Amino acid sequence: MPSFVMVEKCDGCKGQDKTACMYICPNDLMLLDKDGSLGVGEMKAFNRDPSMCWECYNCVKICPQQAIDVRGYADFVPLGASVVPLRGSQDIMWTVKFRDGNVKRFKFPIRTTPEGSAEPMGGFPEGDGDIDSINLMTEPASAGVDKMPTLG
Amino acid sequence: MENWETVVVETDLLICGGGMSACGCAVEAAYWAKKNGLKVTMVDKATPVRSGAVAMGLSAINEYIGYSKGENTCEQYIEYVRQDLMGIARDDLVFNIARHVDSSVHLFEKWGLPIWKDEEGKYVREGRWQIMINGESYKVIVSEAAINAMTEAGFEIYERVFIVGPIMDGDRIAGAYGFSTRENKFYIFKAKAVYVGMGGAVHVFRPRSVGEGLGRSWYPPFNSGATAYFTIQAGAEMTCQEVRFIPVRFKDAYGPVGAWFLLFKSRATSAVGGDYMKEHADELANWAPYGLVKPIPANLRNYLGMLDTDAGKGPLYMETAEAIQNLAKQYEGDEKAFKKKLKELESEAWEDFLDMTVSQSILWAAHNIYPEKSRSEIAACEPYFIGSHSGASGAWVCGPEDIDTPYKWDVDGKVYGNMTTVKGLFTAGDGSGASSHKFSSGSHAEGRWAGKQAIRFILNNNTMPNISDETIEALKEATFKPMKIFEENKGFTTDPNINPNYIRPMQFMFRLQKIMDEYAGGVSSAFKTSKALLERALELLTMLKEDSEKLAAENAYELERCWENVHRMWQAEAHVRTILFREETRWPGYYFRADFPTMDEENWKCFVNCVYKDGEWQFFKRDVVPIQV
Repeated sequence: MPSFVMVEKCDGCKGQDKTACMYICPNDLMLLDKDGSLGVGEMKAFNRDPSMCWECYNCVKICPQQAIDVRGYADFVPLGASVVPLRGSQDIMWTVKFRDGNVKRFKFPIRTTPEGSAEPMGGFPEGDGDIDSINLMTEPASAGVDKMPTLG
Repeated sequence: MENWETVVVETDLLICGGGMSACGCAVEAAYWAKKNGLKVTMVDKATPVRSGAVAMGLSAINEYIGYSKGENTCEQYIEYVRQDLMGIARDDLVFNIARHVDSSVHLFEKWGLPIWKDEEGKYVREGRWQIMINGESYKVIVSEAAINAMTEAGFEIYERVFIVGPIMDGDRIAGAYGFSTRENKFYIFKAKAVYVGMGGAVHVFRPRSVGEGLGRSWYPPFNSGATAYFTIQAGAEMTCQEVRFIPVRFKDAYGPVGAWFLLFKSRATSAVGGDYMKEHADELANWAPYGLVKPIPANLRNYLGMLDTDAGKGPLYMETAEAIQNLAKQYEGDEKAFKKKLKELESEAWEDFLDMTVSQSILWAAHNIYPEKSRSEIAACEPYFIGSHSGASGAWVCGPEDIDTPYKWDVDGKVYGNMTTVKGLFTAGDGSGASSHKFSSGSHAEGRWAGKQAIRFILNNNTMPNISDETIEALKEATFKPMKIFEENKGFTTDPNINPNYIRPMQFMFRLQKIMDEYAGGVSSAFKTSKALLERALELLTMLKEDSEKLAAENAYELERCWENVHRMWQAEAHVRTILFREETRWPGYYFRADFPTMDEENWKCFVNCVYKDGEWQFFKRDVVPIQV
């Protein structure tokens, strides 16, 4: 099943106000079996509908316990490979394991500013502040020109 | 239903959705609203941090004009888009997006998005219009600015609230209704203007993978036609509902090919046919003038590959190894530099997937594919509805006031850009039609534009529409009907999945997909259809629509899936009816009308628009009036 949760590692985000994977999944697939009544296990999360999973890895990247991984779709992916991320505040490290046993590692930057710091105006000066003009809030400065383009 | 508390939220501007365009709308509208003492409220069925088409990330920004640096002009972008859409495009909208898109990209960079730079500090171009990024956190960064803008202004963002549809007050939008997927709350959002940006539609057609891999669509499965449904139900005029998009991508996992074609200069070949773009070059004359200008439209590139696939000459391949070897060739003789370049190219190739389609990395690793050593299969995906990429379906929206275009209408003498034909209802991104090739950056820019225009509309129309208590009760009852049906009937059988009194959402979706795939030109019918097939599709869709009244939901999650599939069904119907109306084949490679297999410039070089009002569809032509550039 695309994303899966490892029983040993998942603690149901017990120390937090909400479950990280439930918070992040864009398709509302992750669910916490709080009291074990769903038959999954008490305080264990699971992917309730693997065939609707996009394999976006957002649950894998956000899990504080690194309890979530992805097993390629069983209907077209041969077994034996894995792709595991480790996402930091500025970079992401990927470990790609091939079916033939080879392993490759890649590291890529993910952002150039501290988390949470995005300032809406981006440091550009305000535009004309005129609701009737064609200039958006930081234009023309953010477009890099003195005057926004028009036709004719 | 009695367990669901009704919550009424009053706001000035309601933003439905949390993707790229909605985040653009939010960051801009928050600025103008705060300045003018208005309130903005945003609602997302997930969290904007990772929702919408860019949820996973992206490895490139596909629209950056670079006009301040003299790289291209906005007029040149008009020509490019018009050509790619086989002549059917709204030049006014395309121009407007182009002039604002660089501004959005420059903001992304300030917010923290890493953009590749060359030795001179210039953005690295993937192709003429595209730039390369380290985009794993693209959506996180863009949403962060929107969330910060909203929070600083004291505005609210509702996460995990699913929007079912619009609420009208006469001919004016009055808000939207929906429900929480986390707590038992039914929401009525009353608003003076509404921005709808809830993405395009996937899973309308049957995907190639129907087992566990059902969810591995190219465009995300959670974009389920909510925007199209919302605008259709509000009575907005829709355009280009026939212009679906079929991307050719790495087969099955649908990894991106843009970097391979544009950055790595790779060829695509068929197993026995060779380079199909060369072998079938003569065919392009049949689609003149569009087939004879470069870049060749996306649908025609698809079509030339499909000619080989149909002739049994597959598989098709991306010649990755050849491309990488060619690029490294310039360093031959200097073994150290050659090895370094190879390693760099290998890393770039993997990042391309890891940033936006991790599944493709798993598939390559599982197939023991090393791109520098072996080629990899490509194939045409199933059809999608996406107004921001190379499809064009969406609402018909008003052009910008300062541009000389016939596509403008007013409210009390004032023109509001990107307003639909419904008073106070705005859209952009995947929601607005005939203005393709905006991609992630253009969607954001267009969302910003629409956000400012919506605030301007509110300032000039500053009254709260009326929503009666009876309307609220009726909407609530309709919303939760699938849960009621389940509750009332579940006891009849021993298996809740098989019950003659209802249909559960998954099987409902499969039924829709089967109709669309087999009759409306999906994968299994090689993208071909005809009048007879489409009319049969409509007969089957009519019965499906009747049965949608018997959708059943065991819980809030299933209720969400029920409504998503109703949204898909309406997108499907608009599509089938529009294909039926247009009696020609204009976009081979997206779909073929087997009974009208050629392009008819004389009769069909026009937009096909439609409106759904009072239970009836109306279809009509609108002139294409190009802007002379």
